Amino acid sequence: MTLTVVPDSSLLPDLSKVSQVDEVGVNERAARFQTRSIKKESKIEALHMILSMIDLTTLEGQDTSGKVSQLCQKAIHLHNTLPNLPHVAAVCVYPTMVGVAKKALGDHKINVASVATAFPSGMAPRHIKLEETRLAVEEGADEIDMVISRGAFLQGEYGLVFDEIAAVKEACGEAHLKVILETGELGTLDRVRRASVLAMHAGADFIKTSTGKIQPAATLPVTLVMLQAIRDYFYDTGRMVGMKPAGGISTAKLAVHYLVMLRETLGNAWMTPEWYRFGASSLANDVLMQLQKQATGVYQSADYFSKD
Amino acid sequence: MVTSSARIPVEKTYKIYIDGKFPRTESGRYFALKDGAGAVVANICRGSRKDFRNSVVAARKAFAGWSATSAYLRGQILYRIAEMLEGRQDQFVAELVLQGRSKRSAQKEVLASIDRLIYYAGWSDKYQQIFSAVNPVSSSHFNFSVLEATGIVAILAPDDDGLIGLVSNIAPAIVGGNTCVVLASETMPLCAVSFAEVLHASDVPGGVVNILTGFKDELTDQFASHMDVNAVVYADHASAGKIQTKAADNLKRVVARTDNKWTAESAQSPYLISDTQEVKTTWHPIGS
Repeated sequence: MTLTVVPDSSLLPDLSKVSQVDEVGVNERAARFQTRSIKKESKIEALHMILSMIDLTTLEGQDTSGKVSQLCQKAIHLHNTLPNLPHVAAVCVYPTMVGVAKKALGDHKINVASVATAFPSGMAPRHIKLEETRLAVEEGADEIDMVISRGAFLQGEYGLVFDEIAAVKEACGEAHLKVILETGELGTLDRVRRASVLAMHAGADFIKTSTGKIQPAATLPVTLVMLQAIRDYFYDTGRMVGMKPAGGISTAKLAVHYLVMLRETLGNAWMTPEWYRFGASSLANDVLMQLQKQATGVYQSADYFSKD
Repeated sequence: MVTSSARIPVEKTYKIYIDGKFPRTESGRYFALKDGAGAVVANICRGSRKDFRNSVVAARKAFAGWSATSAYLRGQILYRIAEMLEGRQDQFVAELVLQGRSKRSAQKEVLASIDRLIYYAGWSDKYQQIFSAVNPVSSSHFNFSVLEATGIVAILAPDDDGLIGLVSNIAPAIVGGNTCVVLASETMPLCAVSFAEVLHASDVPGGVVNILTGFKDELTDQFASHMDVNAVVYADHASAGKIQTKAADNLKRVVARTDNKWTAESAQSPYLISDTQEVKTTWHPIGS
C-alpha cells in the first residue's frame, strides 16, 4: 500500500467567516457583462482564445474507444480550412479512456484530462476514489477533474470534504487537479463561495462549476462568485487558482461573455489556457462557425463542420 | 361616467415572429407604414440580418420534430390555421383596407387565403403518392423513390398581395414538413404580423414558421447566402440574379414564383409542394 500523507485539517479556514454573497448584486453585475459591445477584431481574437481554452469533453456511459479517438481527431484537426487556428487545451474523458486518448493524441501538445473520484456523484468510499485517481494518472492523465462530496458538504462536514480534496491532490502527483463543486446541487451562492474557498485551501489548482450532468450547470452569476473567490484567495495567499465553467456553454457568444467577465474580474493574467478553461462538447463547433462567418461574411451551417 | 369617446385608444404594436415568440427586432430599428393619405398607420420592425440568423436557428431546431410529424397531423394543423383565420376575417379585411385595398378586393383575398390553406391541408397525405414512384431496374432490387422535406425554406413573400401571397408560399412549404423563415411584403406587412398570431393560435410548433418584416434590399442577400438555408423562394424579377448567384454556395434550391396571380386558383398546385422536397431513392435487395 502506498504511503499517504495525512492532510492537515487545521489548514481548513473557518468557513463561517467567508464573506456573504449579495445575490442581487451578483446577478446584476453578471447581466452587465452581456451588454458589452465587442468589435470585429476583438471578437476574432476572443474566438481564438476560446478555442485554445476548451476542454473538449465526452463523458457518456456510451463512450467507446472509437468515439474517444474521433474526439481526439477533432481536437487535433478543428477545421483545417481555417488557417492559424489554435488547438484546444485538453480532451476530457473517463479514466478508462485515458489510455485511448493519450495514444490518439500522440505527440500533439494537447493534454488529457480525466474525471475521477466516482464522477459524477462522488458517492464512493475514499480509498476507491484515490485508487481511481492514481489509475488515471498512471494511464497518463495530465489533469484530474474530481467531484466533491456534496452530501458531506451540505451536512456541514467541511473537514471531511477538505481532507478528501487534499488526499486526491496528493494522489494526483504531478497532474493538475480541478475540483468540481457541482454548483447546481449546492443551492445558494453563499455555499458556492464557501465551497470555492474550501477547495482552494485544500490545494485545488482549478475550481470548476459543474459535471454537466446536473441542471443548472455553469451560469454567469455562479462563475462570477467563484472568480471573486479566486481573486480574494489570490490577495490573501498570492497563489493563483484557475477557473473552469462547464456545462451549458454551447454558443460562442455566451463564451465571449464569460471572457469579458474573466477580464473584468481577474484581469489579463488569467486569460490563458493555463488559468482558464471551458468544459464543453458543442462549443467548439459554434466558435468555428463564427470564425468561418467572420472569414466569409456568410452565416454557417453545422452541416459543414465535423461532428464532435 | 366615462363615455366611449373618452376611452384611451389601444393601438397594436406590430412585432416580428421568431421561434414561437413575438420579439421586437434586435436592431431596435423601425419604419413608418403610411396609408394612402400619408398618415402613419403603424411603426413596423425593420428586421436585421441578426433577426434572420436567429430565425434560421429556430427553424433548424424545429425541423427535426416538424418533419417527423405524420402527414395527417400536418394536414390537421393547416386546417386549424384556416379555422383561426376564418374567425378573424374582419380584422384581416380591415388591415388590407388600411393598406390601400378596396373592401371588395380585400374580402376576396381573405376568403381565397382561407381556401388556400384548406387546399394544401387536403394535399398533406396525398402529394407523396403522386410524386413517389417504384422504379424499374434490371437487377434484383426493389427500387423506389419518395419525397423528403428539404429543410429550411427562406421565403421572400410577394410584395403586392399582403396576405394571399404570404399564405400561398408558406402553406406548401410547411405541409411538406419544411420549416421556413419569411420576409413579409415590404409595402403590406400588417397582415403578415397578424397572420403570425393566427399561426401562434393554431398548434403550429414554435420555429416552424418565422416571420420578419423589413427591407427586401437589405435582407435578400442574407436569405440567399445563409449556409443553413436549404431552399429560397422569391417572387420578383429584380433580385433573381443576385439570389441565384448567392444560393449557389451551398446549392440551395432556388424557386422563382414570379408573375403569379395569387388569388387565382391557378396559383395553387401540388407542384408548389414538390418544389421544396428532395427525392430519396432506395435500392432494396430482394431474393432472386
